[in-house]
Amino acid sequence: MREKLEALQAEAIEKVQLADNLQSLQDVRVAYLGKKGPITEVLRGMGKLSPEERPVIGELANKVREAIATALDNKKNLLEEAALNEQLQQEAIDVTLPGRPVKAGGPHLLTSIIEEVEDLFLGMGFEIKEGPEVETDYFNFEALNLPQDHPARDMQDSFYVTDHLLLRTQTSPVQARTMREYDGNKAIKMICPGIVYRRDTDDATHSHQFTQIEGLLVDKNVRMSDLKGVLLEFSRKLFGADREIRLRPSFFPFTEPSVEVDVTCKVCDGKGCNVCKHTGWIEILGAGMVHSNVLRMSGYDPEEYSGFAFGMGVERIAMLKYGVDDIRHFYTNDVRFLSQYHKA
Amino acid sequence: MYVSLNWLKQYVDIDNITPEELAEKITRSGIEVESIERVAPESTNVVVGYVESCEQHPNADKLNLCQINVGTETYQIICGAPNIAQGQKIAAALPGARLPGGVKIKKAKLRGVESHGMVCSLQELGIDEKFVPKDVTDGIFVFPEDTEVGTPVAELLNLDDVILELGLTPNRADAMSMLGVAYEVAAILGKEVKQPEETYQTSDSKAADLVSVKVEDGELNPYYGGFVIEDVTIGASPLWMRNYLMAAGIRPINNVVDITNYVLLVYGQPLHAFDYDKVATKEIVVRSAKQGEKIQTLDDQERTLKGDEIVITNGNEPIALAGVMGGANSEVSDDTKTVLLEAAYFEARAIRRSSKHHNLRSEASARYEKGIDPNRVQRAGAYAARLLAEYAGGKIAQGIVAFDELDREEKQVKIDTASVNNRLGTTISDEEIASILTKLQFGFEKDNSQFTVFVPTRRGDISLFEDMLEEIARIYGYDNIPYTLPEGEASAGKLTTKQYLKRQLKQYLQGAGLMETITYSLTSKARTEMLVSPDVKEETVYPVALKMPMSEEHSHLRLSIIPELVDILSYNVARKQENLGYFEFGRVFLSKEEQISEQPTETARLAGALTGAWMEQPWQQEKKPVDFYVAKGIVEGIFAQLDLEPVFQQAQVDGYHPGRTATVSLNGKVVGVVGQLHPTVQKAFDLKETYVFDLDIAYLMDQYEEVPSFRTIPRHPSVTRDIALVVDEAAYAGDIQRTIQEAGGDLVQQVQIFDVYQGEHMEAGKKSIAYTVLYQDPTRTLTDEEVEASYNNIIENVKAKHDAELRS
Repeated sequence: MREKLEALQAEAIEKVQLADNLQSLQDVRVAYLGKKGPITEVLRGMGKLSPEERPVIGELANKVREAIATALDNKKNLLEEAALNEQLQQEAIDVTLPGRPVKAGGPHLLTSIIEEVEDLFLGMGFEIKEGPEVETDYFNFEALNLPQDHPARDMQDSFYVTDHLLLRTQTSPVQARTMREYDGNKAIKMICPGIVYRRDTDDATHSHQFTQIEGLLVDKNVRMSDLKGVLLEFSRKLFGADREIRLRPSFFPFTEPSVEVDVTCKVCDGKGCNVCKHTGWIEILGAGMVHSNVLRMSGYDPEEYSGFAFGMGVERIAMLKYGVDDIRHFYTNDVRFLSQYHKA
Repeated sequence: MYVSLNWLKQYVDIDNITPEELAEKITRSGIEVESIERVAPESTNVVVGYVESCEQHPNADKLNLCQINVGTETYQIICGAPNIAQGQKIAAALPGARLPGGVKIKKAKLRGVESHGMVCSLQELGIDEKFVPKDVTDGIFVFPEDTEVGTPVAELLNLDDVILELGLTPNRADAMSMLGVAYEVAAILGKEVKQPEETYQTSDSKAADLVSVKVEDGELNPYYGGFVIEDVTIGASPLWMRNYLMAAGIRPINNVVDITNYVLLVYGQPLHAFDYDKVATKEIVVRSAKQGEKIQTLDDQERTLKGDEIVITNGNEPIALAGVMGGANSEVSDDTKTVLLEAAYFEARAIRRSSKHHNLRSEASARYEKGIDPNRVQRAGAYAARLLAEYAGGKIAQGIVAFDELDREEKQVKIDTASVNNRLGTTISDEEIASILTKLQFGFEKDNSQFTVFVPTRRGDISLFEDMLEEIARIYGYDNIPYTLPEGEASAGKLTTKQYLKRQLKQYLQGAGLMETITYSLTSKARTEMLVSPDVKEETVYPVALKMPMSEEHSHLRLSIIPELVDILSYNVARKQENLGYFEFGRVFLSKEEQISEQPTETARLAGALTGAWMEQPWQQEKKPVDFYVAKGIVEGIFAQLDLEPVFQQAQVDGYHPGRTATVSLNGKVVGVVGQLHPTVQKAFDLKETYVFDLDIAYLMDQYEEVPSFRTIPRHPSVTRDIALVVDEAAYAGDIQRTIQEAGGDLVQQVQIFDVYQGEHMEAGKKSIAYTVLYQDPTRTLTDEEVEASYNNIIENVKAKHDAELRS
């Protein structure tokens, strides 16, 4: 019986080796280890054996069964691996073909700049305000210290809707509106991005519609040096940590002193180039200390409160920062322009 | 304002500074120098020559063969200028000369005859033609007879001069004069200002015997002074004066006119010279114009007066539009013998009004409009009289015939050192402030740290503390102000909920594949009438119209963003960009009045437009065009961002496809539209199938709940039931869905459509829609009975309301 079992083992293992697919392997398993298989048969005939032989043969039979089962499992793993490999080979694709495009939208460049500036000032504790685009001449001019017959109020320069309503020519009316809202007795730190309009013929550097960001800080003891500090911080964050700024005296009716603010040219690092017209400096915004008339008209006592204001053209900042050469690009909305500035 | 540095040197010492350094200093302390120009940087070897002879070229009708003596030598030069003649002194460019623009003069043969140089016109020497005296624009310039032969012309014509162009802000009218600029430069460099010599000799005549002056409105014309200068000889003004005028951008005319212009530029005080004999009445009456009255001004225009201008009259008729331009009837001409010289002070607003009415600006009006110095009116008149005596041979009558109610007082402004430092954030000392005031040549009284400043009348822009603050700051130097940060209470900067939502929504749409646009708010009237969302049109609204539009395309404020989006789709498609998805978060402007009198409602809209392929993968032959459901899906996503549930209803909307358009509602209120553009609209914009959406995002954001209440996470299992219904093909799946939702009761958490079928095995005119209903109670396990009851109620209701059959 021992011989028979050993022969079965040898025979089964040989068949396992010969099996070349999972089905024939399964056939081998059924043939040798199945309920009607020869090993079961051997075990069934054990009753005829002597009690001494029975455990020995029993043990052997189990060993044989295990050996066959192990061989079967090993072979099965091998065959499965081979089958998988074959499948994988069949599944191979041309990875150099283009991928399926994911539709990528993105923000308008002006929005990107506005949000960048907003985030800088939010970080400095400013809030964001809005105001109407169809504005009264009171808020657009008078409350900003441009009296009735001021040359800047010329019909030729603004889009009037009625004698007293016009499309705002600046975001500054939001300053006056915010001061009113704050009742003349609270500190104000706000910026206001928004669309403004001027009677300009559209060309590479002019647009009848453009975007401004206005800033206002009113508090007790606000100094011109604070304006310098805030603008330096802002300029460095927007244009680079190594930028310097300089203030040049200028004139705006609603601030005094009024200044224009230049930042060192980033193209030439202040050495002078075509972009900065060989001055090393690029004008980025207008600013100044809020005029006492403006404070007073909006309910703030200039003896107690002072403040600074600044305003910048978003298109100009975008043009400087990204080298855009024509302001009309912002409003043509050519997809080939819009998609250039997406940080996809 | 153009400033000749050679001229400026007469009034302030600028010898030890380069033009570039000076320009930088002027810019940094308050007046922007916009350009630095050299009159004629490249002219060399051009000298004054005497035309010894001038004959016609043997082989050319229009050329002259001249012998030109330049002192050391005589050159044969061929010249084509029509005005050249024997005996003239002219500018001769000799061989080797270089002219502006890089022209090099060499010996040459012209029609067989040698020419050793060139006779130059002023333009050829680098002077802008518009400033060249009219009589020599077509020919060469002739120097005065006493000019020395051989002198380099660069010197004589001031060609070595440097011109600074100042960009003046409206407050700095004081710098519209050479003296004003001299004060500015003197303050910057710490120098003195040299004043012109204004004294003169008079004749035996008395001005008061020759003319009378009457002013009707002393408020608008507080000073009118008349000088009379007899026996003038009209001729050319001196060369140096002509050079300065040309440098300043004013064309020389004759000695009298040139002198008034020259003095205007020196003092910033406009003057006017009348031909005394043409003022036949010998009287001057200054009054308001009469409506309809006519005057021919010096530019040969006949002007009809409106009535609120000031006019200078001879008692009968206007002879000048005061402060703006003289009249032709009293113009100085070659025959003028006696000059009546006006030096007057007119109120800025009066001149601004006249100038604007007649759309006429002159050197005079530009200065009056911004306000002149009351203390220079007479001085300028005196200086002009002196020059008329000196350069026009005139005899000055005694006295000034004047009307005088002019206030010449200096304004006082009080400042103190502490306030200055508090406002600037500086530590300027009392002494420094005193020194700055001295540099500015402002008088002051000092009491320790308190200053009373007497502001010179030339600085009409200064009347308040902060005006003085600015003067001190700019002379002290903005660079010297430190950098500090505001010391007020710290505040946390934070977006408001709506600002946050706006960003969130934009990000969602970008993630959904749409690009953000910004389009013009101003559009055409026609566009305000198209593609306006039904919720906007629910009440009567009118677009806001501009009073004076620049063009028809930008004449009205928009009522809808969609036409602008459609327009840019069209623009891009025309440029072969065919698969497009755009959105804009912008305002529309709605007025309730046809004739607007109040500010319109400005409301935020969120609109989108899509055309072409939504998905495209060419090598897999995949191309899924944009369809209604793409647009609708985006709209649903917008609502999901706001945690709101939209309802879509089939609708007929102007400009939209009648079968593929839905209104979007929230809580029973229409808040927008989504749909395909009507094919005729698509065609008009050269577009293929285009889908758009337009939402009242302002309203939707208002409905957003900032802190949504907590919803229990269900712990108990849900139960689903599928319901397949056969309904009429025209039935709306959404309506049935709502019925299911309502009939199902509170346990129904979700109803989803998972199949829509129409075709084979389906009765004609019918379709099948299959829904999955999800039941759940977060607090307990549902029983079969209650689900069954709900299910039965659903079936009953859909049968009754939608004539639906259960699909077997």
